[in-house]
Formats: sequence, C-alpha cells, structure tokens
Amino acid sequence: MKVKNMFTTLVALAATASVAACGPPSNDSSSSSGGGSDAKTATSAADLGGMDALVKAAQKEGELNVIALPPDWANYGTIIKTFEDKYKIKVNSDQPDGTSQDEVNAATQLKGSDRAPDVFDVGQSVALANTDLFAPYQVATFGDIPSQFKDPKGTWVNDYGGYMSIGYDSSKVPDVTSVQDLLGPGFKGKVALNGVPTEAGAGFSGVVMASLANGGSADDINPGVEFFKKLNDAGNFLPVDPTSATIESGQTPVVIDWDYLNAAESAKIPSWKVVVPQNAVLAGYYFQAINKDAPHPAAARLWEEFLYSDAGQNLWLAGGARPVRADAMVKAGTIDQAKYGALPKVTGTPVIPTNEQTTKMAADLADTWTKAVG
Amino acid sequence: MPFLAYVAIFLVIPIVTVAVGAFQGAGGGFTMAQIRALGDATVLRSLWRSLELSLASTVLGAVLGSLLAFLIVDLAPTHPLRRGVSAICGVLAQFGGVTLAFAWMATLGFNGLLTNLLADAFGFSDAGYSWLYGTPGLILVYTYFQIPLMVIVFLPALEGLRPQWREAALNLGATRWQYWTRVGFPLLRPAFLGSALLLFANAFAAYATAAALVSQGSTILPLLIRSALTSEVVLGQQNLAYALALEMVVVVAVVMGLYAWLLRRTSRWLP
Repeated sequence: MKVKNMFTTLVALAATASVAACGPPSNDSSSSSGGGSDAKTATSAADLGGMDALVKAAQKEGELNVIALPPDWANYGTIIKTFEDKYKIKVNSDQPDGTSQDEVNAATQLKGSDRAPDVFDVGQSVALANTDLFAPYQVATFGDIPSQFKDPKGTWVNDYGGYMSIGYDSSKVPDVTSVQDLLGPGFKGKVALNGVPTEAGAGFSGVVMASLANGGSADDINPGVEFFKKLNDAGNFLPVDPTSATIESGQTPVVIDWDYLNAAESAKIPSWKVVVPQNAVLAGYYFQAINKDAPHPAAARLWEEFLYSDAGQNLWLAGGARPVRADAMVKAGTIDQAKYGALPKVTGTPVIPTNEQTTKMAADLADTWTKAVG
Repeated sequence: MPFLAYVAIFLVIPIVTVAVGAFQGAGGGFTMAQIRALGDATVLRSLWRSLELSLASTVLGAVLGSLLAFLIVDLAPTHPLRRGVSAICGVLAQFGGVTLAFAWMATLGFNGLLTNLLADAFGFSDAGYSWLYGTPGLILVYTYFQIPLMVIVFLPALEGLRPQWREAALNLGATRWQYWTRVGFPLLRPAFLGSALLLFANAFAAYATAAALVSQGSTILPLLIRSALTSEVVLGQQNLAYALALEMVVVVAVVMGLYAWLLRRTSRWLP
C-alpha cells in the first residue's frame, strides 16, 4: 500500500501541481483554530464545555464538509440550508449522488486535506465494515435512541429509516397493491429500480423486497432475482435509473425505492402514490457517523447535535423518512403530528436483515444478477 | 530523457501500479484471488460484451468512416464541403460522454422527440425503445463518434495516395479494379488497420457514454470497474478493479500485437 501511495503522490505532483498546492494553506486554518484539537476527541458536547462552546468552536471553523447527500433525499436540501442559516456555517456538499462507498473512498483518499468529509451517512454494510474510520460521539438526545439503533459508545447511530415501497403514477398505470401486480400487461416498459442492486443499497433492498413477496426470506434473495428475471422477460423492467427528473417527466411511471424517496414525489405529482406491499415489509435504517480525521471536528459534532434535535428529526420526517427518535418524540409530543400521520401505511411485521444476512445475500446477488437481467 | 520521464510518469507507473494492485490482497499481501475472479461468469460476460461492442463499433466506424474520407479526398482542400466535413468530424469525434448519451436519450429514449413523433404519426408504441439502453444502443451511439474519428485519422493516408501512381498504373494498361486491388488497397492497408486499432481502443476504454446511457444490465468492463470501486452492497472489491483494469490492458496489448504481426505480413513486399 505504501508503494502505491508513493506512486499516486508522484503522479499527482507531476500532473496537477496546482491541486496539490491547494493543500497546505487550508490545513493551516484548521490547525490554527484553537478548539480543533479538543473537538477531535470530544465524545459529547459536555467535553467541550457545553452546547454554547460547541457552537462557538464550530463557527470558528466556519465550514462543514458533507458528502453523498442528494438534496431531494430525505429532505437533505432543506436540512443543509436550515443548518447554514441557524449557525452561519457554510456547508460544502460534495458528490450529492455518490454511494456510501464513495463516502468512505473520499475519506481515505482526501485524508489530511481540508476537503475530506466531516460526517458520513452510510448504509449498513459500509458502516459496519468501516467503524475504524469513525469517531465515537454521543449527542444530547443519545438516551432517546433505542439501543438496537446505536453503537453503545456512539461510534455510529442510526439516523432515519423507511420501508421499501412501490411508487407509481396512478394516472398512467393500474393500481398496485402487491409486488406481483407489476408483472401485469399494464406495466410494459414502466417498472424502474433505484440503482443497480449489486452497487446501490436501495436497489439491493428492492430485490430483497421482491424476494420476500415471492416466498424468500432475509436468508434467501433468489426468489427476488427470479422475479426481476420474469419482469425483464415480460418487457416490464425499465433499465433507466430513476430520479426526480425522470419521474416528473413521466419516463419512469413505476419506481421501486425507499418510501421516503417515493413519498417526496407525491408532493410534486398529485397522482403519484406510494404503497408498502403488505406481504413484503422490508425496513432499513441509515447510519450516521463522524469522520475521526474530520477537518472540521467541531462543526461535525454540531451537525450531529442538530440532526438529532427535535428540529432535525422533524425535518427528516418532513421528507417522508422515519427519524430514529420518533417514538420518544411521540411520547414527548414534540413530533410533527401532521407529517407523522401522513407516512405511508404499513401493515405486517417488518423484516430488518442483519449484517451477516446482507453480506450473504449480496454475495449471491453478485453471481446471479447480471445473468438474470443482463 | 524528458521523453523517458514522460513515458515513465504517464504510462509505466500507472501500468505497474495496476499490475501490482491486481496481485495484492486487501491487506497488501500477494494473492491470486482477483486473477481467479476474472474467470467468474459475470466478469466473462462483461468482457465478451465489451469486445462485442468494441468490434462492432470499430467495423462500422472504420468502413463508413473510410468511405466518407474516400468521398471527400478528391475535393480541393479549400472546397467548402470538404472543410465542412472535416470541421464537423473534428467536433463529433470528441462528442462522446454525457452530452452524446443525453442527445440520444432525448431523441429516441422514453418520451424522446422521435419516439413521440413516430407514435403520433404512425401509431408506434410510445413506450420507447429500451434497446437504446442496452448493447445495440451502445453500438449505435459509439458509432456516432467512431465514424468522425476514422475520417480524421484516415484522411491523411488517403491524401498520401498520389494521383501520379494511378496515372502510371493506367498508362501501363491496368484497369481501375487492378489499380485498387494491386496498388491502392495494399498501400492503404497498414493505415486502415492502424486507424481501426485506434478505434477499437477508443471504444474499449470509453466510459462516460456508457455510464450515462446504461443503468441496469448490459455491463461492460469499464462499468464493472466502477461497480467494484464504488459498490456499497458488495464490499472489499477494490483490488478486483485493479485486476479488471489489468485485463483491459492485456486485451489492448494483444490487439496491438496482432496488428504488428499483420503489418509485418502485409508490408513485407513494400519498400
């Protein structure tokens, strides 16, 4: 590895001297900020002398680097803007459409530069495989978070979750109540999946959902692959990657995706409906963590405090996601009732695959997927 | 010396890095696991599809491009038509990537301009043409930048064919057919093959166009490398990406070897 890094540096130096030159001056700014070294090891706001001190230290840093947060994903556009306005801290949003692995790659490749990501929002398998990159931190509301949704030390904490769903434009296709409905003749060339399942977490979960609906389980993804093969053979599977743009222009009238992403489209297209199939309730949570080499350690910690505050949690809820503190907030009466009641209805027992199950299913899928839809 | 340094930095070091990475495990030790993984059905299918795509677009591009070059070569260099074609080819040869993919999607994709026109005028299905997002679509789209590239690289060779040679051949009693089969084609063959090789490498390594156009299925090798590097589902495949890159280097090397061999055979009698 050392050899490789030397080569990379050499090439980078020779080819893009200007980029390399950007490094040093900006490093100064983070090391000169007094709170920097304290914030790097702080495991709670109290370590820094309370919230006010944390805010002050973060404002001194002045910036926060986030990565792979699409503005239309779980309301992140508004969340970033609200954070900027509230604390007067500039948020640099890098690679908004990147994957979880891109986040980790960026952290490793940009380590030591001031452009490295400060915080992560990653899928389960990437989070659990990279815990050595994370700095443990407990937000003020840490106690509210159910224990199955956090690492005891706060190395990672689930932030928001949702259910796999089918979103569809009811003005273009018949009503959908189950996964099997999608094989019908009314869906020719209309069913899209968010991302290639061997690459993106959402696409992968879509196949798992199809598996649950077809007699599979969290241990067996093959019925899901079979389903997509049938869907492809019937000409119903659409090889387009759905985005807000494709949905609004009508290119992707049926989208298999997390319910909070599908629900966000209902606000723009009145005929867009979201259904969580009754016999295939698949739940998934994302993982929030702080980069242990964060160039803006205080801002990173303030961002976490903001996300897990009532305001931050309600902002996720407004984006259709289910915030991790929802139960505690319902009890305390601080949740946005209107938005909470508007979430898609879910009946049945949700399935949450463990990390081992996910790894095994992913390995199976890597072998079978391209054969099925290639 | 400057040339050697240049070659070392931009050619030798990257290739060595890739080759070393291909035999390195995640921990840094030596392993053959990634090389063995190249035999997986998924990888073989991608390799096959990449070759199919590169060959098809090369043959189409080389034949159509050389015909186009042949048609304009007899015009005076200042002729507006020739200048127009050259200029357009210069632009289109670089017109790959996202722009090109989007142009085709907007024309022939779902809800594309032509799709909707055809649906309105002839009652064709407005469901769109999903073949555009698969291998046939990639061949069509790649041909779009292969033909102009062929014109650019092949035109100088055609210009090198002096009219005096044809006049000499005709004076000696050769027919047009004899002139082309005995003189013209053999003279042009090395240039033609060389240009075709360039087209092949161009198509084989193209990434952005395919990445913008293809989302599900129809994985070609460059897309598989992306998948190995960025997948959040199957982790720890970074070194497989090195092995895949090495495989691509080897394929291009083999094609270049074949070209050199062909060249030696065909040009043996040439001065």
